[in-house]
This record gives sequence, structure tokens and C-alpha cells, in this order.
Amino acid sequence: MRPVAAFLIGGLFGLGLLIGGMTDTDRVQNWLDIFGAWDPTLAFVMGGAILPMAVAWRVAAARGRAGGAAALGGPLPEPRDYRPIDRDLVTGSALFGVGWALVGLCPGPSVAVLGFGGWPAWLFLAAMAAGMAGARFLRRGLPDPDPVCG
Amino acid sequence: MDPWLAGFAGGLIIGIAAAAFLLVNGRVLGVSGVLGGIVDGSGRGSLGESIALLAGMALVPAIAAAIAGGTETGLTANPVLLVLGGLAVGLGTRLAFGCTSGHGVCGVARLSRRGLTATVTFVGAGFVTMALLRGVLGVI
Repeated sequence: MRPVAAFLIGGLFGLGLLIGGMTDTDRVQNWLDIFGAWDPTLAFVMGGAILPMAVAWRVAAARGRAGGAAALGGPLPEPRDYRPIDRDLVTGSALFGVGWALVGLCPGPSVAVLGFGGWPAWLFLAAMAAGMAGARFLRRGLPDPDPVCG
Repeated sequence: MDPWLAGFAGGLIIGIAAAAFLLVNGRVLGVSGVLGGIVDGSGRGSLGESIALLAGMALVPAIAAAIAGGTETGLTANPVLLVLGGLAVGLGTRLAFGCTSGHGVCGVARLSRRGLTATVTFVGAGFVTMALLRGVLGVI
């Protein structure tokens, strides 16, 4: 049941990326071009996405405090930072921002575009996977035992 | 549709999907975390679920694009840009443990200090990169 739910949720997420224009690299690059042809659309995508998620965190926190679990079982992630603000967070995010501007794709849209982006989409994915594999050798702290994002 | 309205509607759908992943599967929907967990083996315990999420994320937009008769993507065909950009995004998001979805949406939605720090940093770095490479040098 978990993979079925994940597949449907992934599909919904991908559809949102497509409708919001996140798979259009011109639009993304124009959003980053504040001194040029600035396109504010992505701020609306971000705002729209944050609203349901803010509600979900409140529900998860309340449910977690009451000892509840996720609908398909297992613990609910706690609404707290699992790691400190460290150098890896800042240098990593800065590096990510540079790559985001170079091509106009971040990880979600890079997956959503695979079916219609042609070979450049697959080349970008391969390079991204290689970068991800290399990260463990550059991390200053210990390898992460818990793959929670955030 | 007005692109701002389409953006907001797309954003709501993204947020509803992320909310469902949290409450139904009990996981934070961060795409770099899901992908990175598959690549470096740290997500071994939830491999099937992660692959299913990514499969849906790739398949449904492909079908929607086919029905719509193709969709616009301005993706560059310059292999140097694609490889450098991909490496930077992959390495950066895994050092930071999050990208636009994990930090930008899920983290900012609960006003996480790490999420806010990451988001301000990657958007800022994107602004600076674009200003230099497009505004000053005119190369992208």
C-alpha cells in the first residue's frame, strides 16, 4: 500500500510542478533574473505550496503529541530541525543555487521533465546523481544515519 | 490562464501532495533526499516507496504533456551547462540535506531555521549567478 500511495502522491506532485511552470526552465531562469526580465510567477508557486504544508505540519504535530501515527503506520516526522545550522548547509545551498541558475532545474522538476525533456533531461539527472554520490565524501560531519530531509 | 494564477494553482497541488506524503506515508517530501537516498544507499529502508514516488512524478507529467500536445521546456542542449549544473545541484542539495521541496516548501512551511537559511541562500546564489552570467557576461 505504501508504494501505491507514494506513486499517486508523486504523480500529483509532478502535475503541480508542470502546471506551476517549474518544468519550464526559461520561466525559472527568468525568476532568478531580478535585474533583467524578472518573472515573479515562482513566488506564487512557492506561496501556494507552503499553505497546505503549513496546515499539514500542525496536524502532524497535534497527532504526534496524541501518540498518533501516519495513516499507513510508522511515526510522523517531528516539526523540528534534525541538524544544526552548519557550514555544509550554507555552502551546499549556495552551490545548489548556482546550479539551479545554470540550467533552470531543481531536483523535483528534473524528474518531472524526464518524459518530455529529451536527452538533456537525462544528462542533467545523471550529473545530479553523480554529485549526490560525491556529497558523502565532502561532508564535514559524520555520514548521516537518518535520511530525513531538512 | 494568467501565469500567476497557474503558478498559485500548481503550488497548491504541490503543497497538497507534500502534505499527503507527510500525513499518509509519514515522510517529508524532499526530492533531493528521496533521490539521494537511492543513490548513496541511505534510503535503503524505504526504497520501494521512494522509487514509486519518483515514477509517479515522472510518468504523470509525461502523460499530461502528451495529452496537451507537447509542453514548453526551455532546457538547454549545452552539455557543459547540463553537467556542471547537475553536479552542482546534486552535490549542493545533499550537503545541505534539502532542496526547493525539502527546505523551500516543507521547511519554510514550519518556519524551520535550517529551511529558511537554505532557502534564502539558494535563491540568493541563484540571483547572483544569473546577474553575473546573464546580466554581465551574457552567456546563459
